[in-house]
Amino acid sequence: MSTATQTVEELAKQDYKYGFVTDVEQETIPKGLNEDVIRKISAIKEEPEWLLEWRLNAFRVWSKMTEPEWHNVHYDKVDYQDISYYSAPKKKKELKSLDEVDPEIRATFDKLGISLDEQKRLSGVAVDAVFDSVSVATTFKDTLANLGIIFCSFSEAVRDHPELVQKYLGTVVPHSDNFFAALNSAVFSDGSFAYIPKGVKCPMELSTYFRINAANTGQFERTLLVADEGAEVSYLEGCTAPQRDENQLHAAVVELVALEGATIKYSTVQNWYPGDAEGKGGIYNFVTKRGTAFDNAKITWTQVETGSAITWKYPSCILQGDNSVGEFYSVAVTNNRQQADTGTKMVHLGKNTKSTIISKGISAGLGQNTYRGLVRIGKGAKGARNFSQCDSLLIGDRCGAHTFPYLEVKNTSSQVEHEASTSKIGEDQIFYCRQRGLSTEDAVNLIVNGFCKEVFRELPMEFAVEAQKLLSISLEGSVG
Amino acid sequence: MSQAVTAAPDYAGQFAAWSRAVPLPASLADLRRDAFNTFEQLGFPTTRLEEWRFTNVALIAEVPFVVPEGDPSLSRESLEELHLPRLGGAELVFVNGRLAPGLSSTTGLPDGVRVVGLAEAITGEVAGRVGQLASVGGQAFTALNTAFLGDGAVVEVDDGVVAETPIHLLFVTSPGAAPVLSQPRVVVSAGANSQVRIVESHAGGGETEYLSNAVTEVWAADNAVVDHYSVVREADNGFHVGQLVAQLGRASNFSSHAITLGGAIVRNEARVVLGGEGGECTLNGLYLGTGRQLVDNQTTIDHAMPHCDSHELYKGILDGRSRAVFNGKIVVRLDAQKTDAKQSNKALLLSEDAQVTTKPQLEIFADDVKCTHGATVGQLDEDALFYLRSRALSEEQARQLLIHAFAADLLGHIKLDAIREQLDALLLERLPVAG
Repeated sequence: MSTATQTVEELAKQDYKYGFVTDVEQETIPKGLNEDVIRKISAIKEEPEWLLEWRLNAFRVWSKMTEPEWHNVHYDKVDYQDISYYSAPKKKKELKSLDEVDPEIRATFDKLGISLDEQKRLSGVAVDAVFDSVSVATTFKDTLANLGIIFCSFSEAVRDHPELVQKYLGTVVPHSDNFFAALNSAVFSDGSFAYIPKGVKCPMELSTYFRINAANTGQFERTLLVADEGAEVSYLEGCTAPQRDENQLHAAVVELVALEGATIKYSTVQNWYPGDAEGKGGIYNFVTKRGTAFDNAKITWTQVETGSAITWKYPSCILQGDNSVGEFYSVAVTNNRQQADTGTKMVHLGKNTKSTIISKGISAGLGQNTYRGLVRIGKGAKGARNFSQCDSLLIGDRCGAHTFPYLEVKNTSSQVEHEASTSKIGEDQIFYCRQRGLSTEDAVNLIVNGFCKEVFRELPMEFAVEAQKLLSISLEGSVG
Repeated sequence: MSQAVTAAPDYAGQFAAWSRAVPLPASLADLRRDAFNTFEQLGFPTTRLEEWRFTNVALIAEVPFVVPEGDPSLSRESLEELHLPRLGGAELVFVNGRLAPGLSSTTGLPDGVRVVGLAEAITGEVAGRVGQLASVGGQAFTALNTAFLGDGAVVEVDDGVVAETPIHLLFVTSPGAAPVLSQPRVVVSAGANSQVRIVESHAGGGETEYLSNAVTEVWAADNAVVDHYSVVREADNGFHVGQLVAQLGRASNFSSHAITLGGAIVRNEARVVLGGEGGECTLNGLYLGTGRQLVDNQTTIDHAMPHCDSHELYKGILDGRSRAVFNGKIVVRLDAQKTDAKQSNKALLLSEDAQVTTKPQLEIFADDVKCTHGATVGQLDEDALFYLRSRALSEEQARQLLIHAFAADLLGHIKLDAIREQLDALLLERLPVAG
């Protein structure tokens, strides 16, 4: 027991492996938020008039909103006037090949183990690397372009495919949706855009690496993913951030549109800086993610949340079309003083819609982990089916695990099931493994990985490996 | 409802009159005044409050309820008509919240068991207990009840005494010209190593609307065993809000059965604090909804000490346009290790328009615990229906049988034959609409 606890503590004390700051010249707007700042962001990005109007509308709505309080996370209020809302690496010239990318930025990605060349040559993954707020390089564009797939930064999409952006932007997450989504809509800097044409199956995993750099710049990503009728796509999103002492705000919005018969799989590994053992520093992660599934479409959210001081996100599915399917698989880890309030919303509107929720929460140290989910079966959702399971694993006697599932059923022909359990790693389980020659640390690793297996097997190969590594760093052995 | 617009409820005036008419010892008079101030501040809850999100009590808030004055009258015949179970032990009958001595009987109680009206007991030790568990902070209905404190039932069981027969408390709301507000209070104090069973029956009749706003406080000392039953069978125009708060001592055992059979809006709140090691708590509930009824069950089990077990099973059968809300919270405090908590809420929807909202919550701050909760919402199994039909049962019989089977395990937990048999019969006679 005590040795196990020691191992845990040692592991818990490990420094954040991905904490480093890249020194690149940055173009930054002065701190503060008002209509002028928004006009300036829009002007820098050479946006069309309608988008500026959209941003301003969002800002006006946001100014009247109050920050939500219902969540089970506690943090020092953010001063929204003390944040710089735009920063971009200074453009030296148009980038045509990878060789032109700033060597320092390249080195950063190398440290993260996602060297663009490596990715390009070995794994066949197209990477739209987001460095702070502006995309610096996009690979595999040509391969994708041949299939008619558009995969580019959000700014490029606004420039090159304004009709698509205008048609779908805000249709899933309206600019007035919630406090953080409205803020994002007003000031979003950049992000990714993907459009998969009718009947096309995307031949490779689309992937974006987000990275917060430059002190005092909140990052406001906006992702819009449209899969046209019968299209299929798998999208990966991964995050690492450098070590900082000041809290950084991250308020992203992700919108997915799955038209008739389309399939979207959206996987996230989130490893923002969680703050030190005393809870100092760390990222505030307030994310709105939502997808709309039309007839026979399917949306799968898979997430592994190991980072951030505050995690506030509820990837949701609006199952609007008949026979549409929504899935949510999540592993959330909180260690030290991390707090997570995460879960999903499944809104069943169409007939015979199905949803599955598998959520695994792991709390260690002083971490507080909350699952908050909503399953709503609308009046017209005949034959809707939901299965939810949320399990919590507690490691140490000072952490907390909480579950707040909401089930609202307005149709009798539907079936809804919810199960939840909370437990700790049993001493007998560890004893059993030790008996068979495993070290305590390995035993814990094995058990935790087993606990999360149902989620990990939903992850694409590339991510599954990274996810397990992350889990080891965040937690490994932390069972007493 | 038009009368609601013309006559706004005047609780301040009634409170002033009540304070003069029903004198209390100083400490309780203070409690009553503070409670009224709290109620004034809070007002009736709105759906903006998380705890009341799915239960709209605007209907209750706009009715100008009147706390009836003077001694109530009710004939024994009209009491019989309410079909309340006969348990054969001590019975206290309350009409509109006031004790009706003529209808009550406390003969045959063993030594060491006292069942008296609150008004009679108030000068004794009980005065120190009233309002100690059911705090009024943030609780508008409890505050309203406490503000009009005056009558109710007190059950005291001395250390080591076992009360064999159940103690029956009947709360009847009898119609008046104006909408009646009946606010009974029950205080139960079970001494160490004692055992007692208490049944609360709530019923009403008549044409006008009424609100029965009850508060029950239960102290179970070390090793005490307390079984509590609440059978709510209000009339179709009756509203019922019940708050049950229990504080459990070391190795005590408390069980509560909340059975809701009638009422326009019924809200049952139960809050149990496991305040000693080795305590055990069972909260069961069964609710049948028809018409436009709204049944809301809110439970909180607070595992404040280690080595406690809790079991919770709520089942609902909903027909017509009825709605049910379930909110079950289990809190496991820091250091409440070896906690074993199980919670389950199952709802059966029989009609297209019935609705269920269920919100089980776990808040856990200790690591060596076993906590599970489960919730299901579904309808009768087509295959099972087909099976029974193929065995020559009519559609109706098959449905009845399955509905009965759905509730059967809960009925099995009810130890009082009189109540179980009545429910058994009720479940079988209840004719679900086919299709």
